[in-house]
Amino acid sequence: MSLLFEPTPDGAGRYLDWIFSGLGWTLSLALGAWAIALVVGTLVGVARTLPDGILPGMGRAYVEVFRNIPLLVQMFFWYFILPELLPVGLGMAIKQMDPPWGSFVPALICLGLFTAARIAEQVRAGLQALPRGQIQAASALGFGRAGMYRLILLPQAFRIILPTLTNEFMTIFKNTSVALTIGLVELTATAREINENTFRTFEAFGVVTIVYLAIALIAWQVMHRIERAMQLPSMASGSARP
Amino acid sequence: MMVDLSAIAAALPYLLQGLWFTVQITLVGVTGGIVFGSLIAVARLSPNRLISMPATAYVNLMRSIPLILVIFWVFFLVPWAIGWLTRSGRPVAVGASLTIFVTFVLFEAAYYAEIVRAGFRSISPGQYSACDALGLSKFHAYIYILFPQAIRNVLPILLTQTIVLFQDTSLVYVISATDLLGAATKIAQRDGRLVEMYLTVGIIYFVLCYAASQLVKELQGRFAYGGR
Repeated sequence: MSLLFEPTPDGAGRYLDWIFSGLGWTLSLALGAWAIALVVGTLVGVARTLPDGILPGMGRAYVEVFRNIPLLVQMFFWYFILPELLPVGLGMAIKQMDPPWGSFVPALICLGLFTAARIAEQVRAGLQALPRGQIQAASALGFGRAGMYRLILLPQAFRIILPTLTNEFMTIFKNTSVALTIGLVELTATAREINENTFRTFEAFGVVTIVYLAIALIAWQVMHRIERAMQLPSMASGSARP
Repeated sequence: MMVDLSAIAAALPYLLQGLWFTVQITLVGVTGGIVFGSLIAVARLSPNRLISMPATAYVNLMRSIPLILVIFWVFFLVPWAIGWLTRSGRPVAVGASLTIFVTFVLFEAAYYAEIVRAGFRSISPGQYSACDALGLSKFHAYIYILFPQAIRNVLPILLTQTIVLFQDTSLVYVISATDLLGAATKIAQRDGRLVEMYLTVGIIYFVLCYAASQLVKELQGRFAYGGR
């Protein structure tokens, strides 16, 4: 692992600095996209459970489109095609964004909306798993639709789907690697660059593999803690129901 | 911006060639992945920790790192491994296809292993005891009694994972292979037709995956046991 402390060809630092830079991009892309995915995914998931109107259909269309096209193809859509479809001025402005923002912003939108479709399905499943009595009781207590979702249904649904959300949260870190195809130098791209500069394949890819393992472990720990903190006494396994 | 349909028509034969390679990767990945994955699943259930621990470690490792990283690993390691096996003393050049097939079997096996393991756990413990009582060997018990039930219980999830695998094959782009997306990229760059090509492959992927997922949904109802 002495490779990490050797100077880089540009003389600006050590290979370790490259790893940290790659890690920084991987983490910011994953966490930023996760925030987008939670908001959009919850809205779409709720839309799919509404009893009437065009929103359930639109929600379904969203989920089907974003789930049935590979992430990489979606990445190319946001990066190559969207600027061409927009009005010329806006398209040019997007294309001329300074690196790495020119890659980071499309990757952020892409990964956020892609993951949102998967979260939406889980939110929907969580909402549909609730007993109908919850909706009836909320109506009887005078809750409007917005209040019912915000205060009664969603808090329970999220507790039900937390284990599957954990899975999704760990997946988003791995999916950030797809952004290397549009030029973002995140962790995997960093490994490739170090390998191209030094030909020390085992060390370059080994270090990055260990970093991904560490990320997965930490992400799992964080979600596990949230799961424990959110658990209601009545939902804890082994406890007597009131 | 105008979409030029004639450019798409001209590119179609080449795209179909790419699609055929995509299908080949999927078939190899599914077959190899389920066979290797089932072995891992059985190993994980073994009471002998020397067998179960490496299997668990393998699954956790593969599921923690991105597929693109695995593609790079195999791309660099397979030439070394073959050089070592044939005792030639140095790396042997291998084609991109072999690299890709090996990658997808190794990577997808970890995911299929988890699904098959869930299948084994869904079988009632009485089945295991009954196999013992009938004096079946471990091998026969797994082949004739346990495995068919396990697979049947998780068939919809296995098929859904296969649709994911089909989409994941597009990542072979990173080593410039000519799958469906690779073929589109090559034409797009040659003719400057990025918009037409990427929209076309997007639609092809969508139609195939949507149809497949609807089919799985249909099967899901039909394959469930009558009594449950």
